[in-house]
Amino acid sequence: MPVFIPSSLTDATRLLSNNPTAHLVTGGTDLMVEVNFNHRHPETVISLRKIPEFQHWNIDNKSGVVHIGSSVSYATMEHGELAQALPALAEAARTVGSPQIRATGSLGGNLGTCSPAGDSLPVLSALNAIVHLQSETTSRSVPFAEFMVGPKRNSRLPNEIISGVTIPLTNGWQGYAKVGVRNAMVISVASVCLAIHDGNVRVALGSVGPTIIRASESEEWINSVGLENVTPSVAQEFGERVRAESRPIDDHRSTAEYRRHAVGVLATRLLLRGVQK
Amino acid sequence: MRELEHYTLTINGEERQVADAWIGESLLYVLRERLGLPGSKGACEQGECGSCTVYVDNAAVCSCLVMAATAVGTQIATVEGLNKDGSLTDVQQAFVTEGAVQCGFCTPGLVMAVHHLLDHNHSPNEQEIKEALSGNICRCTGYGRIFAAVDSVISVRKSTSS
Repeated sequence: MPVFIPSSLTDATRLLSNNPTAHLVTGGTDLMVEVNFNHRHPETVISLRKIPEFQHWNIDNKSGVVHIGSSVSYATMEHGELAQALPALAEAARTVGSPQIRATGSLGGNLGTCSPAGDSLPVLSALNAIVHLQSETTSRSVPFAEFMVGPKRNSRLPNEIISGVTIPLTNGWQGYAKVGVRNAMVISVASVCLAIHDGNVRVALGSVGPTIIRASESEEWINSVGLENVTPSVAQEFGERVRAESRPIDDHRSTAEYRRHAVGVLATRLLLRGVQK
Repeated sequence: MRELEHYTLTINGEERQVADAWIGESLLYVLRERLGLPGSKGACEQGECGSCTVYVDNAAVCSCLVMAATAVGTQIATVEGLNKDGSLTDVQQAFVTEGAVQCGFCTPGLVMAVHHLLDHNHSPNEQEIKEALSGNICRCTGYGRIFAAVDSVISVRKSTSS
């Protein structure tokens, strides 16, 4: 039986242990593009869409965290309580593909694929998200920064399934911005998530390096300047520092030089938005 | 060596058998090539154009990006199931009346997207309509007549419900 649709996490991890080369699929919006174009020929597939806890999310205000199961759709994150708790994630979710993609696309899929252009990943980075991994016999939680290790490479072991993420709430502004060739249905050329917590800025960059990049030197600089001292020229310098921390390449989607420019503009813009709130 | 699969899909309320299928086949392929339901169109096969839009458990999705064998146990609805007696739905009729169809290739997907929008939002504003249809690409009409068709359905539904 090459296609499995387990209805519990226990069954899913056992199936993966017994079929270590199986493809894990939630919505399938990434995998099926590769299958349709004959780049991949899956022999065994484990669909994760029926695992109940993967579809759950909850906001725990007491602990100050949000837990999102790995199959929760982007459509769910765009509106309502989740969007209020995590506005940057809602903004990122709204830029994913089209409504048809957002109806099935999920954080589990974005993390599994781990493309530097993954729209949700800068948000998970800036918000210090924790990724939960479950195997038949073990369970562990990995900070996002240790999870993504390269372009389309992550530290998930072959027998592990991404079960969900825990995202700490911030007590300051958070936002996301992305540049692409059009507004809808576009893969990002550069993206930035900026979040403020306890008066400190965190900034993460997408599509401008082999992994999502936390611009930590820029963070230190702006935090030493102090948010209360942000003027347009300070924001400009912040953007230039962020730009210097990016490590983009030329590819079919953009040039490295344009990406460097764009990521700096986005960082400046987000910082100004953040302090104006 | 590709293993073949036998499975059952529920499409427009009917159980349909799929025999000897490769597991990598998309729902779009299975609908069109195996089950005789060619209403959903295949164009980009990468989720960009929306011509293949169907509903899976009431969510509007691109059938080209659904692995058919993983859709076992879901309720699938295609454009053929909108009106089983073959008559036009109000959205389809509005597309005809407003001239929202030129080559027609995108039309089934757009009709599915419009029905889905109006089922969930009875009075969408212009921005909401544009966003809801942003996953459906039409290269003929420039969208003006498609938006006119949506507007006409909204106003007709409003006047008949009040």
